[in-house]
Amino acid sequence: MRLRRLLGYNLLTAIVLGIVGFYVGWWLGHLFKAPSLAYFADTGQNDIALFLAYLTGVAGFLFGLGFASYPIQRLLGKPPSLREKETAGPGRYFGLCTDHKVVGLQYLIGIGVFIFIGGLNAMLIRFELLSPTHQTWNANNYLTLVGLHGTMMMGMMTSGILGPFANYLLPIMIGARRMAFPRIEALTFWLLMAAGVILMTTVGYGGFPTGWTGYAPLNDQANMGMDSYIVFFALVGLSMSLLGLNMIATVVTMRAPGMAWGRLPIFVWGVIATSVLMLLAAPVLISTLLMVALDRTAQTGFFNVQAGGSPYLYENLFWIFGHPEVYILALPGMGILLEIIPVFARKPLWGYRLAVTGMLGISLLSWLVWQHHLFVSGINADLRPFYMLSTELISLPTGFIFLCALGTLWQGRIRLTVPMLFALAWLFNFLIGGLSGVFLSDTPSDVTTHGSFFSMAHFHYTIMGGLLFSFFAGIYYWVPKMTGFQINERWGKIHFWSMFIAFNSTFGPLLVIGFLGMPRRAVTYAGYLHGGNTWVSMSAFVLGASMLVFIGNFIWSMVFARVPAGPNPWGSKSIEWQLPSPVPVHNFDRIPTFGPDPYPYGVSDGAGGGRIVAVPGRPTL
Amino acid sequence: MTGRAHARRIAALSIVGTAIVLPLVIFVLGPNMPPGKRTTGASSQVTDNTVLLVVMTPFTVFILVYLAYAIAAFRAPAGEGLRDGPPIRGHVASQIAWLALTSAAVLFLAIFGTAELFASNGSGGGEGPKPIAKPGGSVLPVQVIGQQWEFTFRYPTYGGVETAELVLPVNRQIEFHVTSLDVIHSFWAYELGVKADANPGVDNVAYVKAKTTGDFQIRCAELCGLWHGYMFDTGHVVAEAQFTSWIAAQRKRFTAVQKYLPPYSLTYLPDPQARAG
Repeated sequence: MRLRRLLGYNLLTAIVLGIVGFYVGWWLGHLFKAPSLAYFADTGQNDIALFLAYLTGVAGFLFGLGFASYPIQRLLGKPPSLREKETAGPGRYFGLCTDHKVVGLQYLIGIGVFIFIGGLNAMLIRFELLSPTHQTWNANNYLTLVGLHGTMMMGMMTSGILGPFANYLLPIMIGARRMAFPRIEALTFWLLMAAGVILMTTVGYGGFPTGWTGYAPLNDQANMGMDSYIVFFALVGLSMSLLGLNMIATVVTMRAPGMAWGRLPIFVWGVIATSVLMLLAAPVLISTLLMVALDRTAQTGFFNVQAGGSPYLYENLFWIFGHPEVYILALPGMGILLEIIPVFARKPLWGYRLAVTGMLGISLLSWLVWQHHLFVSGINADLRPFYMLSTELISLPTGFIFLCALGTLWQGRIRLTVPMLFALAWLFNFLIGGLSGVFLSDTPSDVTTHGSFFSMAHFHYTIMGGLLFSFFAGIYYWVPKMTGFQINERWGKIHFWSMFIAFNSTFGPLLVIGFLGMPRRAVTYAGYLHGGNTWVSMSAFVLGASMLVFIGNFIWSMVFARVPAGPNPWGSKSIEWQLPSPVPVHNFDRIPTFGPDPYPYGVSDGAGGGRIVAVPGRPTL
Repeated sequence: MTGRAHARRIAALSIVGTAIVLPLVIFVLGPNMPPGKRTTGASSQVTDNTVLLVVMTPFTVFILVYLAYAIAAFRAPAGEGLRDGPPIRGHVASQIAWLALTSAAVLFLAIFGTAELFASNGSGGGEGPKPIAKPGGSVLPVQVIGQQWEFTFRYPTYGGVETAELVLPVNRQIEFHVTSLDVIHSFWAYELGVKADANPGVDNVAYVKAKTTGDFQIRCAELCGLWHGYMFDTGHVVAEAQFTSWIAAQRKRFTAVQKYLPPYSLTYLPDPQARAG
């Protein structure tokens, strides 16, 4: 009987079929013979075989998980069913499951693991930079580390908040029982996991030298490890656009009675603004990478100057995706910030409409700024004033977010819990990130700061200081709801303060070091920057250690201590806190009806509130 | 305490804070901002950096003062039960004031940045093959050729001689023509305040005029492959007479190899396969 259980659609089958699929594709790829491939014949570099191997491997993996069974059964005339392992015990976390709450937790752990790997890469990079000249890793390995760190973080963190928190909470917040497309929801997660493993296999194919931007024509010149980068980012793009599509469809079609657009929790607005960008930007990335893949295999010349192509084309296409991408990273953090501050200031969100305008404004403006990455590239020099203006205009909607956060604190009854500390730290970090961004948007000033550690420190302030801090705010705030167990508060505070101080002690000096002339992604640097870099490396190691504090605390609280959190430990008036922790399988036994006020603080004291007109009874499932 | 009293205190603290920080920014930090004032391009960047800091200071001081004040003054006393704050949902006047102030700052910065960009002939940044911000009068063209993994330099007015070292005369308007033979590089002369991407098949022009003599760093600022980290050099700004004798010596030294060089051109498109043999 036990053996029987191993056969069938599960993670084990998926891994086996994934590996089998990989080698089938590898073998198929070697059957291709063409004169233009003869150039590579004796180099052992067969990009076609590797691309095919990755694609068939992913196909085998998804088949093994059972993604094909539903379409096949429908084709065979079986009746439609919606549930997939929704009540199957702990095993449902290790396979295709269509419960949005299971997918949310899968995302939290799965993405957490890959972020941890990306963070380890950063530690190795900082280890190398302890010395201006001595090389701990060789030049190729150093570039691969830089590329892996950047690509892993950028690829995984795009879904870092929408994956765990929006999947888990968005249906609850709008009063729905599931997402619009539960199977697509599960697919986005497993695509992301397959992508992460594929990116790691780059180490076996010589790594890739381009960093996360993958500029042409270096990407054409690179060895086979580049193919891992291409397939990784294409799969991430696919996962991202499907995730965005699913979120938008869910909010548009599945809101409960009374849940008008103006009554959505602000986090849902953050998700919408992000999802629009995901849905529209990711296809640009996928098609760009397809062009790179064709350049590398079919010997087309999209980005090859001698063949009439242009590297500028790649730069343009990449940043048309890439700039919305960085707002895909920032916007969900703003949603979490504005969702958490009312709870712990115990006040309604100040300027709800202004906050929504700010988020949608950022979403719109992010399409009009991409060439500020190319101020010194020589492309469209006449348009630099326009991109300078459009980039600086983004500070207006970002300013709205700040104003709404500050306004909500006004005369509140602020409780400095761990989630609130992370939210307030977001304000501090993003302030510095935004201000440093103004230097980069100013064309004359950008001449020095472009491509230096200053720009690197800037986007770490916005992405790590913004996204990762709000990610942790979300974890400390919502994980008690998602698992039903408290996270230890004392260790949470130790985690916060060590992370906050070490973060600023790492990236604050990096802003200065960049301004003093340190280029990005270089394995050597000038001797006068040695002291600063040593300080930064030491701080970075403390920052890394603070993550270990978190992991220890998280595992201790969830696995060993297991202190029940109760339904509403924060006294929040949002709907998810009116349900039991963890939320039962079908969320509500009756669909709730919503009143007009998303943040009924100050209307009546205590944990309950005027939010839900018809209070759903305790679910019976 | 009433809301009005809190607001007055925050305003007073912000004004005092700005009054303390602003002179420090203008007179201490500003003049010492990177990349220094050794060239026209670098000085214009220092000016820009100073102006940016001045505009940012009041906003930064206000937000930090407000945050600190809010945490101190609006914090719930320890052990207080779940008491709510007043249900304030917005304040039109402060929203309009905030929008007006930030818009004014943004528009000022964009206009100032554009003016500075043109006034300083592009501030040393790469402007592509047809620069819109360029100096009048005579210029000394210097070509910078990036390739994996070094920069070489050609002086078209001196017979197109190609040197491995960058030497520039002081007080002459230099016109850099930056191009690449393979992948994208970026020519970054830090103390000159010059940065221009070297793209294959593209002539990227940047202007600069050195005001003092001395050495400067050259770095590749765009990831260009394996030895990107080793693509650095030191350049020299020297007096006119010294430059004349140096370039004469270079021409003499490289006479023998000059005939093997391709004729001077704004871009070069070598065939990598042919080059590899």
